[in-house]
Amino acid sequence: MSVPLTLLGLLARGRPTHGYDLKRDYDDHFANGKPLPYGQVYSTLGRLARDGKVAGGEAEPGDGPDRKRYRITDLGRAEVMAWLGQTVEPEPHLQTVLFSKVVLALMLGEDAAGYLDAQRAAHLRRMRELTELKRTGPMVDALLADYGLFHLEADLRWIELTSARLTALAQAVS
Amino acid sequence: MSTGFLLEARDVHRAFGTTQALRGASVAVARGEILAVMGPSGSGKSTLLHCLAGIYRPDQGEVWFDGTRVDTLSETKRTELRRDAFGFVFQFGQLVPELTALDNIALPLLLAKVPRKQAYAQAAPWLERLGLDQHGTHRSGELSGGQAQRVALARALVHKPRLLFTDEPTGALDTLTGETVMNLLVTAAREEGTTVVLVTHDARVAAYADREIVVRDGRALTTPSSAVA
Repeated sequence: MSVPLTLLGLLARGRPTHGYDLKRDYDDHFANGKPLPYGQVYSTLGRLARDGKVAGGEAEPGDGPDRKRYRITDLGRAEVMAWLGQTVEPEPHLQTVLFSKVVLALMLGEDAAGYLDAQRAAHLRRMRELTELKRTGPMVDALLADYGLFHLEADLRWIELTSARLTALAQAVS
Repeated sequence: MSTGFLLEARDVHRAFGTTQALRGASVAVARGEILAVMGPSGSGKSTLLHCLAGIYRPDQGEVWFDGTRVDTLSETKRTELRRDAFGFVFQFGQLVPELTALDNIALPLLLAKVPRKQAYAQAAPWLERLGLDQHGTHRSGELSGGQAQRVALARALVHKPRLLFTDEPTGALDTLTGETVMNLLVTAAREEGTTVVLVTHDARVAAYADREIVVRDGRALTTPSSAVA
């Protein structure tokens, strides 16, 4: 999963946010048991600021290092929206990327259902290719194709279930 | 209405009592295409198949087959159309249990008044074609699920239908047997030039098709095209 794009996505909700709050939101929704180290939060925000995708405000008085609020720039927002609009190359073990995109899309009021529809289509395109390979290729290729097909099928089942749960999921992450 | 499609449904609505199964479903199937119709249980995909095949008459909307409007045909004409131009394979083969495998395959030809000798001469090659040459004299109770489904496939294709409708054709089969049936179905349809409408909730089965649509809440969603990151 892309930490920079996820942090950008969290900032795309609109309000300027401290690095500490970004880390908390990230850990709440995306960490999956692996909290983001503070150092990675600030180094990532530094790189995003250098690239013009976020802007840091003036340091606020107080203790500790986290005294700046960061806001997303138009360039950063465009990058997040472009990323959300892209399906992911269908391959096994995509769940964290799919999950992140759906949750961020819901947080930002974007078309999560449309994203899932597009991803389903991308998965099925890949499954068609693998099925044709299996029908026409040697047995070894068929076995490898089967491996890919079963994993893609698992993703698709997740996509179907998530599509059916979008309303409840939107309430949970809002 | 003249379109380049072999089969087309436009804004089809169908209710069962107070349950609205289809709410404006539209779909078009090209000649020779294998189209998968996907969707969760209760989404309306089987109802759509039944409307496309002229089994149900829509409450509203139009169904066209090769330039003929199907939904306004009389019951008799729709029955003739189904018998002559369409083939069907459902989840359970629905073979006639008193008949042998070969009898079942020949049945559509006999119903179409093809002379008996000719009907059986036309039906027999399908046994070998679908790997059933040892089972021609077996009744359905003596066939495995996969064998019975292959007989059902042969029966659906023996009269060279222009359109094959299948509803969860591998739903009662294990993975490997289902795969065999799908391979035979696709190969036979391609060889015969038969257009196929394949209803399934199973993505691995849908992957045998050229294209899929998704039915959700009684509407058919076309596949979105999208960039891939």
